[in-house]
Amino acid sequence: MEKSTRNRLLQEQAALWMMRSAAFVVFASLVAIILTIVVKGWSSLSWEMLTSTPQGGYYLGKGGGILNAIAGSVYLALGSTVLATGIGLPIALYLNVYASPSGRSVGMIRTALDVLFGVPSIVYGSFGFVLMLWVGIKVSLFAGIIVVGLLVVPIVARTMDEVLRSVRPEMKDAAFAMGATRWETAWKVVARQGLPGLGTALLMGFGRAIGDAASVMFTTGFTDHVPGSIMDPAATLPLAIFFQLSSPVPEVRERAYAAALVLTMIILILSIFGRLLVKRSSKHTI
Amino acid sequence: MGNRIFLSDPTACTAEVVAGARLLAVADRVGPDRAWRRAAMDNLMRVVVAMFAWCMPLLLLAIAIGLAVKAMPLISTTPLMDLLTSSEWRPLKGEFGFLAFIVGTVEVTLIAVLLAVPFGVLSGIYLSEHSNTATKRLAVPVLDMLGAIPSVIFGIWGVVLIVPLVRNGIAPFFGVASTGYTVLTGGLVLSVMVFPLITQVVHEVVRTVPNGLRDAGLALGATNWETTRKVVVRKALPGIWAACILGFSRAFGETIAVLMVVGNVVQIPWNPLQAGYPIPALIANNYGEMMSIPMYDSALMFAALLLLAIVLAFNLYARRVLKRMEIRAN
Amino acid sequence: MHTPRTTLSVRGLHVNYGDHAVLKDVNVDFPDRRLTAIIGPSGCGKTTLLRTLNRLIDNTEGTRITGEVLLDGQDIYARGADVTGLRRKMGLLSQRPTPLPMSIFDNVAFGMRIHGERPKQQIAERVEYFLRHASLWEEVKERLHQPAGGLSIGQQQRLCLARGLAVGPEVILGDEPTSALDPISTRHIEDKFTELKERYAIIIVTHVLRQARRLADHVVFMYLGEVVEQGPAEQLFNDPQHELTRAYISGSIS
Ligand SMILES: Nc1ncnc2c1ncn2[C@@H]1O[C@H](COP(=O)(O)OP(=O)(O)O)[C@@H](O)[C@H]1O
Ligand SMILES: [Mg+2]
Repeated sequence: MEKSTRNRLLQEQAALWMMRSAAFVVFASLVAIILTIVVKGWSSLSWEMLTSTPQGGYYLGKGGGILNAIAGSVYLALGSTVLATGIGLPIALYLNVYASPSGRSVGMIRTALDVLFGVPSIVYGSFGFVLMLWVGIKVSLFAGIIVVGLLVVPIVARTMDEVLRSVRPEMKDAAFAMGATRWETAWKVVARQGLPGLGTALLMGFGRAIGDAASVMFTTGFTDHVPGSIMDPAATLPLAIFFQLSSPVPEVRERAYAAALVLTMIILILSIFGRLLVKRSSKHTI
Repeated sequence: MGNRIFLSDPTACTAEVVAGARLLAVADRVGPDRAWRRAAMDNLMRVVVAMFAWCMPLLLLAIAIGLAVKAMPLISTTPLMDLLTSSEWRPLKGEFGFLAFIVGTVEVTLIAVLLAVPFGVLSGIYLSEHSNTATKRLAVPVLDMLGAIPSVIFGIWGVVLIVPLVRNGIAPFFGVASTGYTVLTGGLVLSVMVFPLITQVVHEVVRTVPNGLRDAGLALGATNWETTRKVVVRKALPGIWAACILGFSRAFGETIAVLMVVGNVVQIPWNPLQAGYPIPALIANNYGEMMSIPMYDSALMFAALLLLAIVLAFNLYARRVLKRMEIRAN
Repeated sequence: MHTPRTTLSVRGLHVNYGDHAVLKDVNVDFPDRRLTAIIGPSGCGKTTLLRTLNRLIDNTEGTRITGEVLLDGQDIYARGADVTGLRRKMGLLSQRPTPLPMSIFDNVAFGMRIHGERPKQQIAERVEYFLRHASLWEEVKERLHQPAGGLSIGQQQRLCLARGLAVGPEVILGDEPTSALDPISTRHIEDKFTELKERYAIIIVTHVLRQARRLADHVVFMYLGEVVEQGPAEQLFNDPQHELTRAYISGSIS
């Protein structure tokens, strides 16, 4: 074999080996995370953890659970996802059905969304704090829903936008050609064609909302009770994990791992559920 | 039952049947009222969706203005240059120098991006170009899931695995004593957090490079790797760059995962094995007391504004580069 | 046959994409109850002309349109013209069939529903009627509520035809409606056109000259954005008046 050819094949082997190890590192570290959480969390996970709120002395290692945080997180994520979808879907429809595709406004709004996408959640939290001062709202589930909702809007809107962008223009034309208005085209045809992707976007938003810690610190507060109204403060899982992990009491730290396991499970279940949902809702997709 | 007549002999398509079609079709039997209502709905929704869309640039503006207004008291008493270049941080004395925090943020982000980009890009390319279908089928949903894992989980993992690794492994190797809560730890945790994102996006982008290009490369006698490097990667370069922008954005403002492992000591970390104090951690750690010390709230909002400004500048710059790349790629 | 009435005519139409003049002073009369074929080399503006007829061109960015398109004597580009109303008077078949993302039944019912047809019973009857009308009923009656995307391409195009007919058009527009179809499906559609032209004005764009010869009563030949020649098919094919037309028909330009 010629020398240069051998060199090239060697190079090929080296490159392949490098890529394999990179992929291995990536997946191994990610699997390590899941394993760590499962191993550390499983032993202190109990029925009581899931179904009761912190009792007296909980933070010293006595009885109780994290129902307050589970409920708070679920309420918060649900509320903010609904809010974000309510804002994000119209934006995606505007960008793909109403606005002229090569016009200025589309570019500007997409840029704004992309930039907002990159704005750190702590900045949203800080902005939420300023907003609450001005409007005069106390730390509450409501304030959290607003701010986390705003945080999630760019994610939901931009993902939905990408989904709707892939709808063939001929399909819109077909609807228009039958005399459908823009709204009918947007709602009954374009959104329907994008349904599976819209579902995915929604679940992504939910996942982001339930996992974010930095924006809820300022806005949602923390409490040992399950919130009774939307104006009550609420505990959230990420903050519960964070607070308990910094406790000097070993039992409390153990519970942080259990809470982390709960949060991870929610996310994983959501992700699997999302795949099933996409499969089902893509029945009519062309 | 007049309509039925036509159904009785449906296969015949005579002029009469076709005439029936005209009668049967909605034509003009539906009143103008309905048309008016539809048009009204359409116009209403046109306004609504446009309004929501234009709220987004406004939201960005509102965030900037809101933070700026709250940061004003600090900016008006201390010159901006001093805020950015001094590392004196004594809130009780009213001295606010952000340099240590800025350096901490930049260092952590840089470590994260420098680690995550090569690993993420290589595994993304591997996944789409050199792995078999079974691997792909497993890897793609797994990446999806991992990308959704909240940052606090990464923080825990950092505390449990990476902190001891740095304390007992990496630091002694360099002959340094360390608690393990260091800038390097923060960077490591962040890089792992960014892995799935970059891998996923690069995989998607590389996958969409048309097969014709690959065939052209292979037909010229290039090896698989040469084709990947010279043809596929070049074509996918804008997308890979976009993946890196995303990775940077995700890493840069990350709060909780970093906060948990980075040590939070106000000092300029001269080497990565020292503790640092990135800006997001500063805000998150002190928001509780910010109303009780004069100017402290203003200082923290200034910190948030600083984050926003950097993200904004980086994003706009990166997008310009992206545009230029896209033009060159075509 | 009685002398054809004109349903649709184009007067002094100019269309520009930015600075690029795509249609230049186009004047055409499309006869009712006849099939008109628009022929010409690719890029000469056939699709553009078709899209101006039902104002789908409105959705394309950066176009400037001057001139008139008269439908039943009324200019569809006049201020305050009812765009959705006029589109209802024209069915459209595109190059690749475009079923909507819903069931077969809902596809046909879509137009009726948006235009306000109410009673369920009536809608069901009409869906059946128009599916039969497009010779699709026998093939789909067992799976009306299955996704339309599951049909073969040829069936999809007939579904689109049924869907278009169901809103009661006067004109059927087709932009190379058979170019994505296999020979048998093409045959199906062509036969359908031959039947339908008894009642509708049909306007199709085609780049297959033989198809134009088979189907057309009236032919419009375009070249570089201009209508070079138009007239009855026989005359245009057998005795073209213009040099370019002759060249195109003999295959020396394409
Ligand atoms: N959206 C558009 N923007 C700019 N130019 C276009 C657009 N669509 C078509 N054109 C141009 O208009 C001319 C006519 O196109 P078209 O009507 O599609 O021709 P045909 O259907 O006869 O092939 C072509 O030169 C084409 O490049
Ligand atoms: Mg064309």
